[in-house]
Order: sequence, then C-alpha cells, then structure tokens
Amino acid sequence: MIELNDVTKRYPGGHEAVSHLSLGIGKGELVFLTGRSGAGKSTLLKLIAAIERPTSGSAVVFGQNVGRLRRAALPYFRRNIGLIFQDHKLLYDRSVFDNAVLPLHIQGVTGQDAAKRVRAALDKVGLLKKERARPITLSGGEQQRLCIARAIVSRPQLVLADEPTANLDDAYAGEIMDMFRAFNQVGVTLLISTHDQELIRRYGGRALTLAEGKLA
Amino acid sequence: MKAWLEHHAHSLRVALGRFRDAPLAALFTVLVMGVAITLPAGLYVLMHNLQQAAGGLTPQAEVSVFFKLDATEQTARRLAAELQAQDEVAGARFVSREAALERMRGTGLGEIAASLEENPLPHAVVVTSREADPGALSALAERMRRHPEVDRVSLDSDWARRLAALLRLAGDAVWALAALLGLALAAIAGNTIRLQIYAQREEIEVARLIGATDRFIRRPFLYFGALQGLFGGLAAWLLIGLLQRLMQGSVAELAAAYGSRFQLAGLGLQEGALLLGVSALLGLAGAWFAVIHTQRALNIP
Repeated sequence: MIELNDVTKRYPGGHEAVSHLSLGIGKGELVFLTGRSGAGKSTLLKLIAAIERPTSGSAVVFGQNVGRLRRAALPYFRRNIGLIFQDHKLLYDRSVFDNAVLPLHIQGVTGQDAAKRVRAALDKVGLLKKERARPITLSGGEQQRLCIARAIVSRPQLVLADEPTANLDDAYAGEIMDMFRAFNQVGVTLLISTHDQELIRRYGGRALTLAEGKLA
Repeated sequence: MKAWLEHHAHSLRVALGRFRDAPLAALFTVLVMGVAITLPAGLYVLMHNLQQAAGGLTPQAEVSVFFKLDATEQTARRLAAELQAQDEVAGARFVSREAALERMRGTGLGEIAASLEENPLPHAVVVTSREADPGALSALAERMRRHPEVDRVSLDSDWARRLAALLRLAGDAVWALAALLGLALAAIAGNTIRLQIYAQREEIEVARLIGATDRFIRRPFLYFGALQGLFGGLAAWLLIGLLQRLMQGSVAELAAAYGSRFQLAGLGLQEGALLLGVSALLGLAGAWFAVIHTQRALNIP
C-alpha cells in the first residue's frame, strides 16, 4: 500500500529531515513509527499524505506517485487517508458533531446519511453524548478522540497518526490504542508515530525506528 | 446532480451563517456598499426624472407655423393638409388657438393663461421632418414665411437638441460614475472576503488536509460575496426610496410653483431587480478575485 524508494526530504536551508529512506507497508498492517523528536517521523507521515513532496526518490501510495500528484488531484487522494494530528486541529467555532461531519460534507455526503455515519464514529470513540458540546470544553483525551472520529468517519483505507498519545496519560493512551487495534481488525492499515517505547512493547506489532532521517 | 445541489445549498448555508456570526461587521459593509451603489443609482433616477420632466422633447427638426390672429381655422387646416403631402414632412399637426391655450394651462403657465381676458394665441401648424437634420425643413420654412396668412415661422429644433445633448452628457457621467463606484464596490467586497479568508485560515487548512478541493473551500466565500452585494443593492434600493420620499415634498412644491403636477418617480421594479442583479454580480466578482489571490498567497498544500 505504501512504497518508499530512496526518499529524501530536504527543507529550504539544507536540513535533511528524511534521508535516502526506503520502506514498504502492506495492506492491513499496523505499524509503529518510533524515534526521538526530530528523527523525521512527522516528515515521513507528511510525505505519505502528500502534505510535503520528496526532494528526491519516489513515494508511491495506493499505487500513485505522491510526488507527481497535481494540486487538483490531491483532495481525492487524501480522501482515502484518515489523518490524526498531535495537536488535533479541531475547529473550535463549531460543535463536536460539526467537526466530525466535515470530511463527509467535503465528500458531498450530507443530511441523514452523514448524521448516521457521524453518530456511528462518535459512538466508537465514546463521544456520542457530547455531540453538541464545543471541542474547547472537552478534555485532552476527548479532543484526541474527536480527532480520531473525524479521521475515520469517511472510512479511509489508511490512517496516519502523528503522536496520537503524546499529551495523554496512560489510561487515555491505552483506550486510544485499543481503538486503533479495533480499526486494524476490520482491515484498516495504520501507521502510528510515537516516541513511547513502552506503548509499543505493550501492544506489539511491527515497529520502524527512525534516527536522523534513516531507518535504524 | 442532487449531490451538487446539496453542495451548493450547504455553501449557501455556511455563507449565511457567517452573516449571522458577525452581524455588525456585515451590516457596516452592506451599508458602505449600499451608499456606494446609491450614488450612481440615485443619479440615474434623478436623470430619469429630468428626462420625464423635459417630457416628449424630441430633438427632431420641427417647424412651427403661426398664423395671423385673423386667419381662419379653415385656412390653417388646409395648409396643414398641403404640408402633410410633402415628401420631407413626417407630420403636420394643426393646433387650434383654443387647443394652444389649453396646453398653456397644462404646462405650468396656468396662472398667466387664467389672467388673460382674451386668447392671444393664433392657430398654428407644427411640422416635423422625416430627418433629424434641421436643414431639411429650412426651404419649407422659407416658403411658409411668404404665405400671406402666416405671421411667423420658427425653426425650433435647436434648444431641444441642446437639452437632449445635455441630458446625454449627464447620462454618460452617470455611467462613468457607476463604473467607478462599481469598481469600488467589488474592491470593498473583495477586501472583506480577504480578511475573512485570513481569519479562517485554520479551517481552510484543516479542510484541505482532509480532502477538500479548492472549489469546495472557495464556494462559501463566493456565496458570501454575492450575498453581500445583493444586500448592498437592497440597501441602496431602500436608500433611494427614502431619498425619494424626503425630496417628494419639495419637488411637488417646486412643480406646483410652475403649475405642474410633476411627481418624483423612484426606482421601478425592473430597474430595482437589475440593480440587485448587478450588485450581486459585482460582489461575486470582488470575492472571486480576492479568493483566488488569497488562496494562492496562503499556499496551503
């Protein structure tokens, strides 16, 4: 599903966040991406989601060469990916429900259809009772779960999570990992970046360790 | 098709929601736009009224033949019929002395007419030319002058032409002003949208990351721009109505002083609809320009 071939990402100023990296991730895998801060985890996820383009090498996702996608094609490519951000990127001017429904509206699903799917997603992350609340009134763990609900509401094939448990205490982190495990069991491919080695030891699965932009 | 319509309905709802979220700011912008539209539209209305007041003044070449006071109606009518038969003549209208007095009463000189002991006006024939060229009738006017029963002949197209030219000039000025203020309108609309886009940068970024097309992101802003223009046009329509009401009294007084029953006309339904349409289009154009430009400047991947 994801094929990286000798990918390098150099930012203006010369910093090489990812350097000659090659890796492959198959359909239905659950993969942890680990390493210290600044090892290139976030950049790697951005390259896969076509938020950044590789300076050299090729990144092929769903059979499409991400570096060569035209701007007009990006939205349709991204609709297959659920993105979970460390800082949630929620919209604080609208309710929990309206945050979660955004991907569906973007894809042209509205009305009862959308409402049903949003409630199903909110139910999965345990926020069904708070659909009318504003995100700002939610705890950190709840905000992260809302971000997850938004990422899965449109049933993407691939979920990319950037440090989803970084700001959470262990109990919350465990809940969220259980959720990811459940998605994986219904066939979703997940790539989760974390610097929490303990978490990986506890949950097992394939782990890729990055150091200075290379696989260690 | 249904999905597409729902998409648009959704964008419209989002745009209306933005008005609801910042009613005061929206009100001010709409007012500014309303005033900007009122200026040329109000002038247009004024011009229209002036043309109405100058009513029926065609810049056609016209020759008025006035008979001697003792000429009979029969003589005058016969001459009118003769003139009518000429090639260069479009029409020869006989105006009797009584009809002339009646007309005088109707055109603001009523009091003077009422004070007259006997009718001083002669029979007349008004000849209009087939062509606008005043020279066409000069030979005919010359011939009429030599007729024994005719007192005076006047070739009186000049002042009508001057008035028409003046009105045309003023009309052109209205259009130039309308074009300038239309540009200002689009700029105001565009700037509001630009600020809005910067304020909603975060939302645009998130939407883009979860698969929104540029068009999806643009659409609510475009609707907002068009609605803003539409509301601005509506405000202008109301303002013009208000001004018309305010001025109605003094205009009626002025008209009465001239013995006329002239009434100030407002913006008609059709003209009003056109005003709304053009304002909405200008709002949309401004929004379009701002959105394209700002989207590029933000450079969200």
